[in-house]
Formats: sequence, structure tokens, C-alpha cells
Amino acid sequence: MNNKQPAIELRRVVKRYDDKVVVNNVDLKINQGECLLLVGHNGAGKTTLMKLILGLTRPSEGELQVLGDDPTRISSVARRGQLGFLPEIVSFQQAMTGKEVLTFYARLKGCSVKQCNDLLEQVGLQAAANQRVQTYSKGMRQRLGLAQALLGDPKLLLLDEPTTGLDPSLRQQFYNIIGEMQGKGTTSLISSHALNAFEARVDRVAIMKHGNLLACGTLAELGEQTALPVKMRITVAEGQTSRLAEHLGSYSGISQVNGQSVNLECHNNDKMIIIRRIAEFGDTVRDVDIVTPRLDDIYSYYMQDREQERLS
Amino acid sequence: MSVIGILAMKEIRDGLRNRWIAATVILLTTLALALYFLGSAPTGNVKVSSLDVTVVSLVNLSVYLLPLIALMLSFDALVGEFERGSMLLLLTYPVTRWEIVAGKFVGHMVILLIAILVGYGGTALAIAMATGSSVEHWLAYITMMASSWLLGGVFLALGYVISSLVQERATALGAAIGVWLVAVVLYDFALMGVLLADTEQAISPNLFSALLAINPTDAYRVFNLTGFESVSQVAGMANIGAEFNLNPWLLLVMMGMWVVLPLTITVLRFDRREL
Repeated sequence: MNNKQPAIELRRVVKRYDDKVVVNNVDLKINQGECLLLVGHNGAGKTTLMKLILGLTRPSEGELQVLGDDPTRISSVARRGQLGFLPEIVSFQQAMTGKEVLTFYARLKGCSVKQCNDLLEQVGLQAAANQRVQTYSKGMRQRLGLAQALLGDPKLLLLDEPTTGLDPSLRQQFYNIIGEMQGKGTTSLISSHALNAFEARVDRVAIMKHGNLLACGTLAELGEQTALPVKMRITVAEGQTSRLAEHLGSYSGISQVNGQSVNLECHNNDKMIIIRRIAEFGDTVRDVDIVTPRLDDIYSYYMQDREQERLS
Repeated sequence: MSVIGILAMKEIRDGLRNRWIAATVILLTTLALALYFLGSAPTGNVKVSSLDVTVVSLVNLSVYLLPLIALMLSFDALVGEFERGSMLLLLTYPVTRWEIVAGKFVGHMVILLIAILVGYGGTALAIAMATGSSVEHWLAYITMMASSWLLGGVFLALGYVISSLVQERATALGAAIGVWLVAVVLYDFALMGVLLADTEQAISPNLFSALLAINPTDAYRVFNLTGFESVSQVAGMANIGAEFNLNPWLLLVMMGMWVVLPLTITVLRFDRREL
């Protein structure tokens, strides 16, 4: 596999269970070193997409390549050593200690057992390393799951809802570790519902709904595609709000004017013009808040939009 | 260490951790000793080897017990891991599916070997020290232990087939008990019933022999009770064995087939299973 080749490539992949279409005609490319966030409602096909990439299940139609090989082929079995996976529900042998579990997986992956201690420390489990997994809390099990996925410095990391059930500080640790992996050039695919937490940490976002890949791109690209408005709140001196509203009039959808501030929504392209106009007001303007569309907004746009399309 | 070795080691460690091995060893030792003491009472000082008596009793016990122990070890080997979700993770590692089946089989076989060696072997040593036994009796005893191990292997393999076919652990348990009932109890009942009903002697000795050889538990029984002169004397099978016309090697091959065939089916089924 050369450096230009995408780490993951899906071409017109369809997956049906009996007659139910779970993944519908998905085209997706993830480049090496890229971090892609996969979002979608429960049952959108995110986990199935991961299973397809992992070679756990075969596509009904279409083809896919992972690290340069078809993942369901026997020849790709050895390649799985370059791959780390954290399943949505992590389940380990209850009677084994954390360290034993990790050592077992390290041996299977053919990487040095010494790495286990470092990883346990990295995920903050060294104190509990010799406790049985059955005594672990949900968060500890999740961290052991992450440690297992990081064994052998994988080239490709697949994390299925890695932060559910974690407290905020643990989540932060998780983000940091994932960030470190990105720094090492690991390609990662993360499925999550924590949209805003991840939006700044990933390169691109893919949105799935009912098995379809609705959109895929950087946050800016998605913002443009959806043409979601930029929201502004302009605070001005007492009694100046209606003057300002008049002045801005033709460019903006002013949604609310009250005593001290003007709320408006505008298209991204009009943003700069409006800001200049506001600047013309000089001292009267006390403050300007600009809220560009966040992943949350883009996500709910796609979820709603298509709902209406389907109904009409 | 090879992948199969790593997987087998994990099964053995599990067996030690959850006291499976300890429980089985204690069970087998207790029963073997009990049978020895019970068996030695009626023989008194007659010129019958205590080891031979114990072989006969142990064979009759093992036929029931070992299949049960093996099935309980193996029935949830695959379906249990599917249900817990640990199989999903395991299959993302550089491990092929046949290696998973082989690893579990090797691990469980070692567990059975430990149980049989310590349980039956320990008892035999105690008996030999108490009474003294000749080489031939020892040979019969060791052959009994080895074929018991093979019998266990047969039912391990059958347990895996069940485990690869069903969707739920509870179903697998039911099916395992069903297999045990049929192979160990009902098959012999049916055979006896047919023989009793067969007043015309339509069933030739050869057909009857074949029917015995097909069932691994009967193959095991016949193999042990007719294989050694001294044992068959005790078992009252001396003349019957000759009549059966069953080559001991053939019986072993039949049992071996009951290991190979189910394991093959398991791997094929497992390979086709999607998660």
C-alpha cells in the first residue's frame, strides 16, 4: 500500500440483513492519517459500517478495501494486527485481571507484552491492573477497551461510541489520547453522539441516516452545503436598536429586536458585509456575538430536512 | 507462542480460575475411589485384580459422566462469547476462525486430561500401592484412561457443533442435554427394545455390531470391556466380545471420526456466521 492510497475505501457498499437494508449504497474514502467522525441516529448503520470495515460481515453488494485489501479475505487476517477496535459494548473475561486481559490481547496481536504496562498507565489503570475485571466500573472497562485498541500502535483505529458512559474528566483523557494517536499519523474512524465535543478534533464528518450516507466533508464544507444561517447578536447603547435594525435592513433576517440588542440570522456570504455595517455604527455598538453553525445544527438540519423530503 | 497456544492457555487459565478443573478432579477422584472400595468388597481375596475391577466400574461410570462434563465445558464455547460480545472483539484480531475452534479444543482437552490423569490416575496409583498390580492390568487401566480422554474429546466436539448452530446460550444448554440423553441413554434403550422385538432375528450380529460401533459411547464401552482378556473376564464379556466381531482399532477410528467430523462442521458453520 503506497502513501497516496486511501486507508479505507468503500464503493457502492450495500448491506442487507434478510430484506432489511442496513447500509445503502455507501461511497466513502478515508485517507491515511485522517480522522473521520461518523454520526447518525441509533440504527443508522454506523456499527454495521464498522463491522464491514473490520471484515466481520460481508457486503451484500459493492466492494471495500481496508489498508489495501478486502477485509473479508483470509489474506487480510495478518493485517488485522495493524488495526485497533473499541466496540460499543466492551466485554472481557470477568475472572481475569486487567493486566492479564491486556497481555492476552497483546500476545494475539504479536506485540511486546512490555507495552501493556505503558498502556495501562496511559489510560490510568495501573493501580487497578491486578484487580479482576469483574470489579471494574463501566469507565474502567471502557479504558481497558481503549488500551486494548491501542496495542501495537495501530495504523487504523476504529472507535464505536468511545465516550458513552464516561464522566467529563475521563472524556477529556479520552480526547487527549485520541489526539496523541492522530499526532502519530493514525487513521481513525470514530462513531459518536458527542457531536460538539468531537467537531474540533476531527478532520471530516460523515452523516448517516437510515443506512444512507447523507453528507461527508469538513465542518466548513457541511456548513456551506446546508446553507445554515450565521447567528448574530448585536448589543448597542440604550434606544439605538431600531436605528441599527433599519441600517442593516436589506441584508439580514432580523429575528428579534429588544431594548438593548438585535438578533439576526444571515447567510454565511453576507456575514462580512453585515459586520462592516455594524462597524459603521462606531461606539454605539457595545458587543457582537457571532455564532456560526455547529455540528449540532448541521446534524439536526440533515435529520429534519430529509424527514420532510420523505413525507412530501 | 502460536495463536492456538495462546487461546488454549486462556481456556486452561479460565478452567483453573473458575474452579472447573478443581471440581472435575475432585469428582473423578471421589467416584474412582468409591468404586474401588465398593468393588473390592465382593471380590474379597479371589484372584481378580483390583485394577481390573476398577476399570470395569470406571468405564461404566465414565460413559455417563465424561460426556456430561465435556458437554458442559463446550456447549457455550462459541455462543457464550457471541452473547457476551467478546467474540466480536476477538475476531478483529489477527486470528482465523478455525484457530479459535482449535484453541478452545486444545485448551478443553488439556482440562479433561488433567482431570482424568489426576482423578483416575491418582486413584490407580493408590490402588497399586495398596495391592500391587502387574503390567497387563496397568496397560488396561492406561488404555481406559486414554480412551476416556478420547470419549471426552468426542463430546467436546459435539458441544462445539451445538454452540455454532444455535443463537442463544439457553438453547445450546438444552441441546447439549438432549445430545447427552440420546447418546448415553436413549440409544441403548432403543437398541435393546429393537433386539427384544426382533423375534425373527432380522438383525444380524454384524448389523448389531455396526449399530454399537456407530455410537461413540457404545464404541467406548465395547472397546474397554472386550479389549483386554482379564478385564472382559471381570466384565462378563469374555465370549460376547468375540461374537461382536469388533476390531478395537475400528472402534477407535469410529470415535476419532466423532471428533473430526463435528469439529469440521463447527469450523464451516462458524466461518459462515456473520456478526
